[in-house]
Amino acid sequence: MKIELNGEAREGITTVLDAIAAVTEARRGIAAAVNGEVVPRSEWDRALADGDAVEVLTATQGG
Amino acid sequence: MEPQTLSRGDTALTIAGRTFGSRLILGTGGAANHAQLAAAITASGTELVTVALRRVGPPSAHSEAPQPLTPGAADAAPPRRYPTGSILDVIEECGVGVLPNTAGCFTAEQAVRTARLAREAFGTDWIKLEVIGDEDTLLPDPVELLDAAETLVRDGFTVLPYTSDDPVLARRLEDAGCAAVMPLAAPIGTGLGVRNPHNLALICEHANVPVICDAGIGTASDAALAMELGCSAVLLATAVTRAADPVLMAAAMRDAVNAGRAARLAGRIPKRHLAKASSTFEGMADL
Repeated sequence: MKIELNGEAREGITTVLDAIAAVTEARRGIAAAVNGEVVPRSEWDRALADGDAVEVLTATQGG
Repeated sequence: MEPQTLSRGDTALTIAGRTFGSRLILGTGGAANHAQLAAAITASGTELVTVALRRVGPPSAHSEAPQPLTPGAADAAPPRRYPTGSILDVIEECGVGVLPNTAGCFTAEQAVRTARLAREAFGTDWIKLEVIGDEDTLLPDPVELLDAAETLVRDGFTVLPYTSDDPVLARRLEDAGCAAVMPLAAPIGTGLGVRNPHNLALICEHANVPVICDAGIGTASDAALAMELGCSAVLLATAVTRAADPVLMAAAMRDAVNAGRAARLAGRIPKRHLAKASSTFEGMADL
């Protein structure tokens, strides 16, 4: 199963939590979206489907 | 943190029922490193700072040097993982609140999605709503902005929209249920100061929500002027973070905002065309 994680093609990632763990150890200050829709923290164990685009975001400096 | 001393006769800034001792909101964009940012936050006396939401990724040139997560992790190549959250640590250490923004969004849809992600990431329904309409000037897109504001208010957000200095748009945003309006002084990052003081004054005169001058401030006198015109607060980033001495400029901005606010409350003298002596002519010696 192929997904896109923060704009990069990835394989072997089956849940939102896997996707988060693939890019960061942090859990605080993290948000995830699948195909543009926010996935609440309580649903991070949600299974991903082939072709899903996952975004894992965090705080950065900004005005 | 030391609470800011309010000017005599002044009340605290209240936005959506939350009170702030400081009338300065600091953006964190452009800081050279986190230590300097922390020092600037403290010197500014601010109680609220903005952050942006971005992909977890390699730290930017402006961030701290990355630390391997485990010894040898840097050599272990894929999968790539990055330390995160450090800006939040800085904010927490400083004891100030976080105001996420939707910087970089060009459509209402993008901005609404970003706001929802920010709410999830930071546990706050406060959002600095930015919907940009033009890459060169970074001026707000009024149509998309109002659309996003209406959606987010319906969604239960406390919306603080970055807007142009248009009094009609400011009123429309207030009518939409925004908790404040944040008209620009000048385009983001230009440091040009208050380009249209008349419009800013009109917005302040008619608004029933706090007016926060956001963007375009270059130096302390710009911030003071915005306050003198009637703004409830000033939001600035670049003027501090890219100053030659950000910590000293942060202190200057704190003082400027306080001075401008006090001058506004004190009531300035009317401007006159000709001189009016302050020393009496009565009792002049015949010399």
